[in-house]
Amino acid sequence: MANFNLNINGKVKQVDVDPDTPMLWVLRDHIKLVGTKFGCGISQCGACTIHLDGEAVRSCSVPVSTVGDKSITTIEGLSENGDHPLQKAWVEVDVPQCGYCQAGQIMNAAALLEKNPSPSDDDIAKAMNGNICRCGTYTRIKKAIKTAAEMS
Amino acid sequence: MKASALGGGGMMIGFSWLASCKPGEQAADIPKEWFNVNAFLKIEKNGLVTIMSPNPEIGQNVKTAMPMIVAEELDVDWKNVIVEQAGLNTVDYTRQLAGGSQSIRQGWQSLRMAGATARRMLLEAAAKQLEVPVEELTTDSGVIKHTSGKTVGYGEVASVAATMVIPEEIELKDPKDFKIIGTDVGNVDAPKIVNGEPLFGLDIDKEGMLIAMIQHPPSFGMKLKSLDASKAKAMPGIKDVITINTNVPEGAEEQWSDVNAFNELVVVVGNTTWEVMKAKKALNITWDQDTKLESSIDHEVALSDLMNKKPEEATRKDGNPTSAFKNAAKVVERTYSAPFLAHNPMEPMNFYANVTADKAELEGPIQTPEYLRKTVAVVLGLPEDKIDIMMTRMGGGFGRRLYGHFGTEAAVISQKINAPVKLVYTREDDMTQGTYRPAYKVKYRAALDKNNKLTGFHVRGAGVHGSPVFANRFPAGTVDNYLAEDHRLDSNISTGAWRAPRSNFMAGIEQAFLDEVAEAAGKDPIDFRLELFDRAINDPVGEKNDYDAARYAGVLKLVKEKANWGADTPGVHRGVSAYYCHNSYVAQVVDMVMENDKPIVKKVWCAVDCGIVINTSNARNQIEGGLIDGIGHTMYSAMTFKDGQPDQRNFDNYRLIKHAEAPLEIETFFVDNGIDPTGLGEPGLPPISGAVMNAMAKATGKRLYNQPFVNEALVLG
Repeated sequence: MANFNLNINGKVKQVDVDPDTPMLWVLRDHIKLVGTKFGCGISQCGACTIHLDGEAVRSCSVPVSTVGDKSITTIEGLSENGDHPLQKAWVEVDVPQCGYCQAGQIMNAAALLEKNPSPSDDDIAKAMNGNICRCGTYTRIKKAIKTAAEMS
Repeated sequence: MKASALGGGGMMIGFSWLASCKPGEQAADIPKEWFNVNAFLKIEKNGLVTIMSPNPEIGQNVKTAMPMIVAEELDVDWKNVIVEQAGLNTVDYTRQLAGGSQSIRQGWQSLRMAGATARRMLLEAAAKQLEVPVEELTTDSGVIKHTSGKTVGYGEVASVAATMVIPEEIELKDPKDFKIIGTDVGNVDAPKIVNGEPLFGLDIDKEGMLIAMIQHPPSFGMKLKSLDASKAKAMPGIKDVITINTNVPEGAEEQWSDVNAFNELVVVVGNTTWEVMKAKKALNITWDQDTKLESSIDHEVALSDLMNKKPEEATRKDGNPTSAFKNAAKVVERTYSAPFLAHNPMEPMNFYANVTADKAELEGPIQTPEYLRKTVAVVLGLPEDKIDIMMTRMGGGFGRRLYGHFGTEAAVISQKINAPVKLVYTREDDMTQGTYRPAYKVKYRAALDKNNKLTGFHVRGAGVHGSPVFANRFPAGTVDNYLAEDHRLDSNISTGAWRAPRSNFMAGIEQAFLDEVAEAAGKDPIDFRLELFDRAINDPVGEKNDYDAARYAGVLKLVKEKANWGADTPGVHRGVSAYYCHNSYVAQVVDMVMENDKPIVKKVWCAVDCGIVINTSNARNQIEGGLIDGIGHTMYSAMTFKDGQPDQRNFDNYRLIKHAEAPLEIETFFVDNGIDPTGLGEPGLPPISGAVMNAMAKATGKRLYNQPFVNEALVLG
């Protein structure tokens, strides 16, 4: 066990955990931020996507010991009042079915829009290809990303 | 305060004066006191309405749609409605189950009655308060109006309304007056979903709660021999390692939750998920062979043998099929196969349980809470009324969560360790546990006479634990000489209902086969099908035909018109398909293009007849998702086995459809016929693989027979 000071959603949080604990479980079990979802545990589904210094990463495969002082953003910290253009667009387009993968989809899309504010259909398909939606809401996700791009 | 039954709807109304509710973002302020008008809804003094959603929410969006139906008849403004998930309550609700696309169809009448009854009681209360005849009152979005111009809000008379005699007969709205039904209403949980708020079973966190994980045998046909848990037990955060057995006592009535290949399990219990995951890997377990260790090649051989074997009895026989084939000018024969599939909802199996000496509290994602309770009662030895089950929003299910063995496991673990516990499956635990869509093989034969008329049709199906064939579905009823035959292959690999059971395979292959028959007959595929439906409408063969031929033809005609079928666009290859299941009719046209030698689904046109559409946005969403699900599993997914052991354990080698493989555009049209609503969660899936196979044949010149097609075709991109 070891102590880690983590910069999560703009606040410093201290945890005492095994250094190999993935950020996914640090967030869910220790910080009690459960918006980041467990889907596969091996970086294959994208449900656990968070930002590390603005880069979209799969938190199931990021040991806490490798994070250092990088800033971590989770779905709970993507915007102050749930009003990030993507969050608004997701509601407006009525994207979710079961909803389980959507936080990961939004986090991945947010990193995309940071780099590419007006992505083409092809850009979206490529950037989002690692985020599985088992309900098959892909066409709505694409529409919501475009809607958000127009909003911002 | 008593419950009584209403004639006609079968709804139970319970009067009580509960005073709790959760706040939400609403137009009116949240009150301190609520008036429970009946089990479905509560009305507050200022008119804010809470409507309970009785059925489990699995992504089919009943948590929005069911309360919409109540709100419609109650006649309130949707922005003043708060929706809450009801727990298992078999006194006030019936059929709290997510399955068979039946929630709306079977809830339709009682939900309408609930809203209309409350509205009527509010009117009676207002009449009393205003001292006017009730006939002089009308309602308008939560306001009661008198002919004199006086108005009174629902909230102002709610407390009086709750004391009114429950009316025995209620007039329901004319569907043409619907204001909420038939509109786009956003998913009520969407704000929480996009903000990452706790909603799902896996998000449950309670005081003193421990985490448990199971280890089941690595192969079907294996069982536990010995366990050495000394290393795992010594690891940080680990409380205990135990074994459990969830077998139901002999003689108990069989329930959904009893479907389980592995009842004897090793369980690791600890403080946090990661600690338990690590300790699980440190278990030293030896396994023994119990029954045969099956491989996919064994299933393939056995199913192929059955294709050449005539069963002792036909499931359905019309006319004289033998003579029809003997006298045929042309015979088309094709055999199709499909592998086992895992359900793979994105949220792995999990359940919370807190079992004490005399009661059990369970909470989690379950499609069949009523039946989970029955199993838990017999396994724990507790009466059913001492077991509470709360349903969480489910991170998908697709049939997987009909089989709630994980709920029973959580309860048994909690009882054994005497602590509240959340059971968590890893993806691997879930994918290798069983309850799969069975592997199938089906042979079709069609006989055409010299005038290219379909004179004989023969379908022979075989599948693990049962044949997929529906003997009384189309084209039964459209052809004079018809034969349906079924074979069953036994296995120790457990199988279960997977979104649109059997239809998920039968629809696509039937529609692909008919496409080839139409081709052999030299007919347009839609015209060919419509001719068959004409026969079923005007002079049906047999009496047991399980479809309405006019509605079936209706969706085909609608999709033909909307897609402008027949107007050839260079470079666009089209395939059509139509199917009936879960009481609804869906026809689809796929527009496929080739880009860089890869087939791409450019657009899917859908025509749907599911009767009255409750929520138009979600209805489209279900059709869109269903067809993407259907394309994905036909193209890419398979579970295979070697010596009883699944070859696929996680998404690195179990392929699901991804963003780039989804259709670029989907357009859905609903038949507006005012018929009572029918299923929508499943019917969008089955036909699509047929439309894709038919378009693929045009685009690539190749017909596909063995799923997943990724093994033998150009991959959709």
